[in-house]
Amino acid sequence: MGKYIVKRILLAIVTLWLVATITFILMNMVPGGPFLAEKAPSEATLKALNEKYGLDKPLIVQYKNYLTRLLGGDMGPSLKQRGRTVNQIISTGFKVSAKVGGISVLVAVIVGVTLGSIAAMNRGKWIDNVIIVITTCGIAVPSFVVSTVLMLIFSVKLKLLPTYGLSSPLHYIMPVLALSFYPTSYITRLMRSSMLEVLGQDYMRTARAKGLSQFKMLFKHALRNAILPVVTYLGPLLAYTLTGSFVVEKIFTIPGLGNDFISSITNRDYMLIMGTTIFLAALLITMNLVVDIAYKLIDPRIKLK
Amino acid sequence: MTKEKNPLSLQLDVSDFLPADNEEKQSLVVMRQSVSFWRDGLRRFKKNKIAMTSLVVIIAIMLFAFVGPVFYPYSYEQQIRGSENLAPMQYSDQELALKAQGEKVFPHILGTDSLGRDTMVRLMMGSRVSLLVGIVASVLVLLIGSVYGAIAGYFGGKVDLIMMRIVDIIYTVPDILIIILLMVTLKFPLENLANSVPAFSWINTIGVGLICIFIVFSLLYWVGMARIVRSQILMLKEQEFVTAAKALGASHGRIIKKHLLTNCMGTLIVTTTLQIPSSIFTESFLSFIGIGVAAPMPSLGSMASQAISGISSYPYRLLAPAIMISLIILSFNLIGDGLRDAFDPKLKD
Repeated sequence: MGKYIVKRILLAIVTLWLVATITFILMNMVPGGPFLAEKAPSEATLKALNEKYGLDKPLIVQYKNYLTRLLGGDMGPSLKQRGRTVNQIISTGFKVSAKVGGISVLVAVIVGVTLGSIAAMNRGKWIDNVIIVITTCGIAVPSFVVSTVLMLIFSVKLKLLPTYGLSSPLHYIMPVLALSFYPTSYITRLMRSSMLEVLGQDYMRTARAKGLSQFKMLFKHALRNAILPVVTYLGPLLAYTLTGSFVVEKIFTIPGLGNDFISSITNRDYMLIMGTTIFLAALLITMNLVVDIAYKLIDPRIKLK
Repeated sequence: MTKEKNPLSLQLDVSDFLPADNEEKQSLVVMRQSVSFWRDGLRRFKKNKIAMTSLVVIIAIMLFAFVGPVFYPYSYEQQIRGSENLAPMQYSDQELALKAQGEKVFPHILGTDSLGRDTMVRLMMGSRVSLLVGIVASVLVLLIGSVYGAIAGYFGGKVDLIMMRIVDIIYTVPDILIIILLMVTLKFPLENLANSVPAFSWINTIGVGLICIFIVFSLLYWVGMARIVRSQILMLKEQEFVTAAKALGASHGRIIKKHLLTNCMGTLIVTTTLQIPSSIFTESFLSFIGIGVAAPMPSLGSMASQAISGISSYPYRLLAPAIMISLIILSFNLIGDGLRDAFDPKLKD
């Protein structure tokens, strides 16, 4: 166990270092220095600015400085939003994104597990077929399609829900729906197949034979075993929620991290692009690591290599 | 009423020794020739109604995307003055005047956008971009992933350890972030290359955006394929026919190419088909956030993105690309599932 965890942590560190190095190389590949952004500064100012941020040193020294600063948690200043550091932008944006993303993940897991179990227990009946058809479509529809169609129906046609911002609980409905549609469908399918497998096991027959109530049988025996694959999906789910949030936050103009990332790309704010990339990569890698280790801990049948 | 026979009795049943009648003989004739792996899989695939329907849909979309623009009277970048923001099947005043003079004017089946470009032909070109990205990226992934995975699996030992550690690392890199980053930063050097080195001027004809997508996807997505191929090769290389090939003095390259990879063809086909929709998914996402293929070339993602700004006045503009992209992804998913059931039942979870 310990060996496995150490191996995974080492791998995560190497990956993070790789991401940081790639971002550094790409940052320096981009034509034009960071200060040529708006009006061209005079040569003296440029020199002073370069000296201030250490850009006059050779690349390898810059790389060392960049990594040491990064280890200290400092991601530098934003190039376009004057006076704000990348750290400030990320921390304000992340709070918003985490709220929307967290609710979506919760909705996806709860609805997905419920629907998947219902489908599995009613195998072959109409309700199972309906769920299968909906989820098959659900994994084929990109989140921007879901968001825009929702917007079209509920905001433009019915005028029920607000289209932008996050100022009231009503504002959360559409972004959360859009963000959780794909993962809900995926979890439902995952849950259905694993539930079907569990329901066919011998211990389920034993449980029925000893006269357990339907409720106990379902919650104590079936659900506990069937939910394991869903746990492994949590890592990819997080990655999905993140990429989905780029689009959803753009469409519903939510001031989250995804929106920052997209606008930093369109504004060519390289410091912010690099900062958000490294932050999100670190977040994803850590979460994946936690999920994987948790999974090994939950399921005693899995042998650790 | 026949008397029930004691199961332990050794008495022979006379009816067993009667000459066989014609019907019985007929049933023993081997009706079917032994079928090859391919024919067997294809037969199973053809029986799958959902997958066959999806295949027909994809072929129809391919015709629509690749043949359609040739016969369509408008081109995707042509801005028709005076015909901006037309509703489906609507004519502009000029076109009505032309019609009144007795000239034939082809209708704008899906209307036009704010620059007076015909939406129908843009939809065709957008589907073409999506299909191209899906298929080309998947083939690249197939090539890189299968060769890499086969080498790692075949040689094993230290080679395998180092090669798979690299795969592990790339696998944990959050792909979408690196894709976005590379898309942003690769564009300039590629444009530079295309404009300054004459040997690379072909990049411009395909489009820098598309080339970027191909490079970036094949850089990141091959790892999944490599893992799958490696695990297959690990199993296959222990089998007798590989030992036989080795004994006959076949080279490593020949064994990998002729014996190992051909034997995991089923897996390769299925994985490649399922890679197509995910590439299309990512491309439409990139175009939607504005870093995919460059304007004026349309993409289904960028068409949807442009439609959002006018969503309250022209909602129909959103529906065409939205339905098309969902249909393409859905069909490829269903074909992939069908192929998996037909060729590689082991992969089914």
